[in-house]
Amino acid sequence: MKAVQVVTGRAVPLERSDVDTDQIIPSDWLKRVERTGFGAGLFAEWRDDRRFVLNDERYAGATILVAGPNFGTGSSREHAVWALMDYGFQAVVSPRFGDIFRNNATKQGLVPVVVEPKLGGALLQAIRDDPSIEITIDVARGTIEVPAAGLAGNFPMDEFDRERLVNGWDDIGLTLRHEPDIARYESERAVWLPSAAGAVSASGTAS
Amino acid sequence: MSRSATRRPTGTAQRTGTDQRSATVPRTLSEKVWDRHVVRRADGEPDLLFVDLHLVHEVTSPQAFDGLRLSGRRVRHPELTVATADHNVPTTGVDKPVADPISARQLEVLAANCAEFGITCYPMGHANQGIVHIIGPELGLTLPGMTVVCGDSHTSTHGAFGAVAFGIGTSEVEHVLATQTLPQTRPATMAIEIEGALPLGCTAKDLVLHIIGTIGTGGGIGHIIEYRGEAVRNLSMEGRMTVCNMSIEAGARAGMVAPDDTTFAYLEGRPHAPEGRAWEMALDDWAQLVTDEDASFDKVVHIDVSALRPHVTWGTNPGQVVSIEGRVPSPDEMTEPADRESAERALSYMGLRAGTPMRDIAVDTVFIGSCTNSRIEDLREAAAVLDGRRVRAGLRALAVPGSHRVKAQAEAEGIDKVFEAAGFEWREPGCSMCLAMNPDKLAPGERCASTSNRNFEGRQGRGGRTHLVSPAVAAATAVAGHLATPQDLDAAS
Repeated sequence: MKAVQVVTGRAVPLERSDVDTDQIIPSDWLKRVERTGFGAGLFAEWRDDRRFVLNDERYAGATILVAGPNFGTGSSREHAVWALMDYGFQAVVSPRFGDIFRNNATKQGLVPVVVEPKLGGALLQAIRDDPSIEITIDVARGTIEVPAAGLAGNFPMDEFDRERLVNGWDDIGLTLRHEPDIARYESERAVWLPSAAGAVSASGTAS
Repeated sequence: MSRSATRRPTGTAQRTGTDQRSATVPRTLSEKVWDRHVVRRADGEPDLLFVDLHLVHEVTSPQAFDGLRLSGRRVRHPELTVATADHNVPTTGVDKPVADPISARQLEVLAANCAEFGITCYPMGHANQGIVHIIGPELGLTLPGMTVVCGDSHTSTHGAFGAVAFGIGTSEVEHVLATQTLPQTRPATMAIEIEGALPLGCTAKDLVLHIIGTIGTGGGIGHIIEYRGEAVRNLSMEGRMTVCNMSIEAGARAGMVAPDDTTFAYLEGRPHAPEGRAWEMALDDWAQLVTDEDASFDKVVHIDVSALRPHVTWGTNPGQVVSIEGRVPSPDEMTEPADRESAERALSYMGLRAGTPMRDIAVDTVFIGSCTNSRIEDLREAAAVLDGRRVRAGLRALAVPGSHRVKAQAEAEGIDKVFEAAGFEWREPGCSMCLAMNPDKLAPGERCASTSNRNFEGRQGRGGRTHLVSPAVAAATAVAGHLATPQDLDAAS
């Protein structure tokens, strides 16, 4: 994962609540076995509407998405995060995220910024009023600021996630430092726990 | 199944290390299961959690296996991992090559990855193939007290057995493949206390739709829900799975039901369930899997179901739901601006007018299937309604069993014949029209009564309009041609 300390850029206002991951990347796109190229599928169905905000040229090149509450609910598809990042977003701002989406985002370096609903509304207003306005998100300090609109706030983040994002650490590498703990746990597991090894036949016996 | 859940434990806990504080600190069910899987705990870090069972399917795993190859890592525990093909598989002609070349490639990649890394895989057509959340329980792989993960949000289904089970993304799939663990911050605890008994004609699906309608699509975010109360105790395992399955639709990380004799009776004799002495040890262990009487939850919700009626959704998220006796609500009645905006969009997408009685909504298609409602009991429930009746002329009706085992059982009971005589198509197992990754899709504007879990825009096909219902309501709707209950059919005949 690439380290991400500060995201500064313009933002797109997505004034909708309950934007589920099926909307972010429709299931037709999930058949691909690659990790790249999902940007073209981002909000695919909505983008067919000329009036959809992503088609508004004033917001072209924005790196931050500001949305309503319950962003990224539903399906666990990490493709939603890949699509947002492939399109060019580096951070998403919402009063509330789906848990799995939020986890997936921090694994990939997309910054999930949880703001108070009031600040979320003010941010949307500010971007709508002035599409060229710049937002700065400081991951290490946990702050979001829009100096030109006089807006500022803090956002919570798990300390461990913050450190991983800021340093660009690989999760698996971190975990494997604790290999002895895993091995010890494995040696103490109950003997009756099931193994999935070996296909069982339709009649129920191992083959 | 004669062993009682109240038998005294005899000290064969699954793991004792982190269980020691159980003697002093009262804990909830989810905390107990969580604690016994903690490999490592350190201040300022998420717990490192051991994963007992990792379920894999073709859609969210290819990039994870690529990651392993790139970093030269192996699968740490192939024997704790099982794969099946479900999302992409067609439900007709499964003996022939898959027509869609992109789907075909994804299915081939799954088989190749499993062969390369030594993972048991049940491909299309195999006697054990089916929707990943159907086959885990039916093969006896999902057991009480386990941790179960899968790159699929409906992994919450397995919580019906008293397991901590949750959906993960592809990066986490790779992490579990490589380490058999996951760093996870423990979610908050939430109790949903169901009061009263489910009235006749109401099912687990109606119960969970009502719960989501009550707490909202974000009501469970950051929490593991434990469903409690007599109505939950009286549900079959199939019913409990339906309830836990849709926990994610309320935003919850997971849903759970404490295991009891119903659970043990379901599991005994399943292919991977413990046998003989091991079964006895397991029962002793599972007897501890209850929330301690004086344990407290971070959040408690009381829901009275004694006057519940069958529920149907009107909008584009599962929280937009009413009783079938009700009408399409008006956005003007909503106090929250976000709810109003969401309802306006939903009505426009769904092509509905506020104030329309739900029963006046005519449908083009009925889909009975998905990891929510494609188990044998769901099919029996629908068949009981369809027996001796006909699907309304011009209506398309699909029955898609959750697995080959469910399909075989249904056929042994003659249920396939009931469906076919009524005018349903009897299909091969898979996720099918729940998410329309295979050829089973709605056309733009087509309206469907569906036993699945998500009525999101475009979920069942671009422009498709979904009403979530129980299997009984789906069957009655297929006969009536509009949203209806089985009792409506009785009254009409």
